[in-house]
Amino acid sequence: MSSFTPQAARELGGPDWLVDRRVAAAEQLASITWPTPAEEIWRYSRVDELDLEKYRPLGDDTLGEAGTERAPGGGPLAAEAGERAALVVVRDGRVVHHELDESLEAKDVTICDLATCELDAVRDTLGTCSDASPDAFTVLHDAFLAGGAFVKIPAGVVVERPIVVLHWSEGDGCASFPHTLVVLEEGAEATVVERYGSPDHDHLVDAVVELLVGDRAHLRYLSLQEHGPRTWQIALQRAHLGRESTLRSSAVALGGDYARLRSESLLAGELSESDLLAVYFGDGEQMLDFRTLQDHDAPRTRSDLLFKGAVEDHARSVYSGLVRLRTTAQKANASQTNRNLVLTEGAAAESIPNLEIEANDVKCSHASAVGPIDDDQLYYLESRGIPPDEAERLIVLGFFDDVFNRLPVKSLVDPLRRTVIEKIEHRSATRA
Amino acid sequence: MSTLTIRDLHASVDGFEILRGVDLEINSGEVHALMGPNGSGKSTLAHVLMGRSDYQATAGSVTVDGVELLGLPTWQRAARGVFLAMQYPVEVAGVTVGDLVTAAFAARGNGGAPADLDTQVRDEARRLEISDEFLTRGVNAEFSGGEQKRMETLQLAVLKPTFAILDEIDSGLDVDALRDVARRIEAMTSDDNLGVLAITHYDRLLTELKPDRVHILLGGRVVKSGGPELAQQLEATGYEGLAAELGVDELTVEKPKEADPFGEAGF
Repeated sequence: MSSFTPQAARELGGPDWLVDRRVAAAEQLASITWPTPAEEIWRYSRVDELDLEKYRPLGDDTLGEAGTERAPGGGPLAAEAGERAALVVVRDGRVVHHELDESLEAKDVTICDLATCELDAVRDTLGTCSDASPDAFTVLHDAFLAGGAFVKIPAGVVVERPIVVLHWSEGDGCASFPHTLVVLEEGAEATVVERYGSPDHDHLVDAVVELLVGDRAHLRYLSLQEHGPRTWQIALQRAHLGRESTLRSSAVALGGDYARLRSESLLAGELSESDLLAVYFGDGEQMLDFRTLQDHDAPRTRSDLLFKGAVEDHARSVYSGLVRLRTTAQKANASQTNRNLVLTEGAAAESIPNLEIEANDVKCSHASAVGPIDDDQLYYLESRGIPPDEAERLIVLGFFDDVFNRLPVKSLVDPLRRTVIEKIEHRSATRA
Repeated sequence: MSTLTIRDLHASVDGFEILRGVDLEINSGEVHALMGPNGSGKSTLAHVLMGRSDYQATAGSVTVDGVELLGLPTWQRAARGVFLAMQYPVEVAGVTVGDLVTAAFAARGNGGAPADLDTQVRDEARRLEISDEFLTRGVNAEFSGGEQKRMETLQLAVLKPTFAILDEIDSGLDVDALRDVARRIEAMTSDDNLGVLAITHYDRLLTELKPDRVHILLGGRVVKSGGPELAQQLEATGYEGLAAELGVDELTVEKPKEADPFGEAGF
């Protein structure tokens, strides 16, 4: 018998509207059809290996109490992110600590737990993005979300330093449902950096990130996924962009056993711009799975996507991306690029770019590549006296360089490069 | 003084023999020109000396001061002082020339890169008229032919090998670039005692980079060697004239093309 019952959803507590929302979602679960790889959007995925019966939601009593504990593993990243405007620590989906610069508090910037803050703004905006793109896992998420980071920047306020959100999920056989809701009002500007981590636990992380970028607002967003080797993640990141707003989003995915991210931008306002970047590196037996959507629903919108990945050992990656240019999107400009390095025999990468063009006056380009390290590049570097292992490291780091150079927090680039080098050095299989 | 000695070198690509017994001896500070028509095996010789994996040396020897290079991996040949300036330098995204020479020095041991490596790279760039933007980009990424060859020369000047093999460093160069590159290498032969094997079709390069010896490669063999006057003689007679004079039938050693069932010939 599944432990994901309406009763369990109700017992998580919180304001009435949230309990009702949870129970309504939990009631849908009984009749929901769980996805299989036969569906295009789950093709190549490992969703058929997921046995939900293995997991149980954390109860209200087992979740951390607000303000009493900090997430393990959060320290180094918080330091690497450098000077920050705010810090939110989320444990198993519930905010356990948050702090905000006094000067920003004075400007009515809000940082809180969305389940306990009792703000109308949360009630009014929660689910705006995820309800527009539901699947079985967003329903499960809605049924068991115990809290989450709520960030609101009022109209016209510019937050210079990053707002750092650390998510830590743990417990063998447990599932957690981290939620992040970022609201930038008209003309606001901010940088949000999120880190998702877990220990070596068989844990299911079903996460949702909603980014509401108001008219003329500018959001830089970075997420780092560094889960433990047995953790499963199924996540949705979705942004809704207002008129003349911009989103510069980057995702770095390094951890997890199976880690999936759906990354979607709805360009709803004229002249809005979305950049989606990602770097991923899979090793061992892991699978990193990305599904992207650049959804243009207004004139003169622009989107760019650059996803670059490497796989080695028996790791696999999937990139499946759609650019949709609706009839409303005249004079839109969209590009989509996915490149993959397959570093060893036994590793594999899938790359499936797709276009859906309903408008007749648009610019659109896409490119995709999957292959081993180029022999000519290796030979060139070796001919300068560089040993093959070092030559390969240089080529792989160089391959990621254009994405790394565009990450919004420069102080994180060196630690990320080191992680990539460690993955290359700890390889178990031979070179492709 | 060092000596690069090539003795009776035979080499194949995909089992087809392209080098059929090459003998050359180059000392520090000397410039040797190796001339030959397309398909005579010139580039093959360059890659066999550097140890490119799809070229197999099947007989003979290549030594630097008596140490055999054949059988060593490419990077160790470079570490022993052999540098190949490539005809088609390869673009490596995100790896700057600074990254590249730093890694090359690190692999040599001896405490890694010299402390003033950055300055050396900048000085060489100025000398070779390479603008700063090419130092911050991935090496050869969106470089013109001339910029690529200037960058090959910069690496040569900074890495200071004992011997440089220049594989058609004059191809794709305008007159200015050719002069800058040739003069820089000429200076290295006297300042750093660099030994040079300059592979070329034309004597254009040799007006700036003065050869001590000229060798003619036809059909995978050095068929004639002489002083600088040999290049001028060749200019007058052409390779065919020279081949006729020497009684050589085979100028080139190109692998016969396999029948392509989908090629035009099939229809």
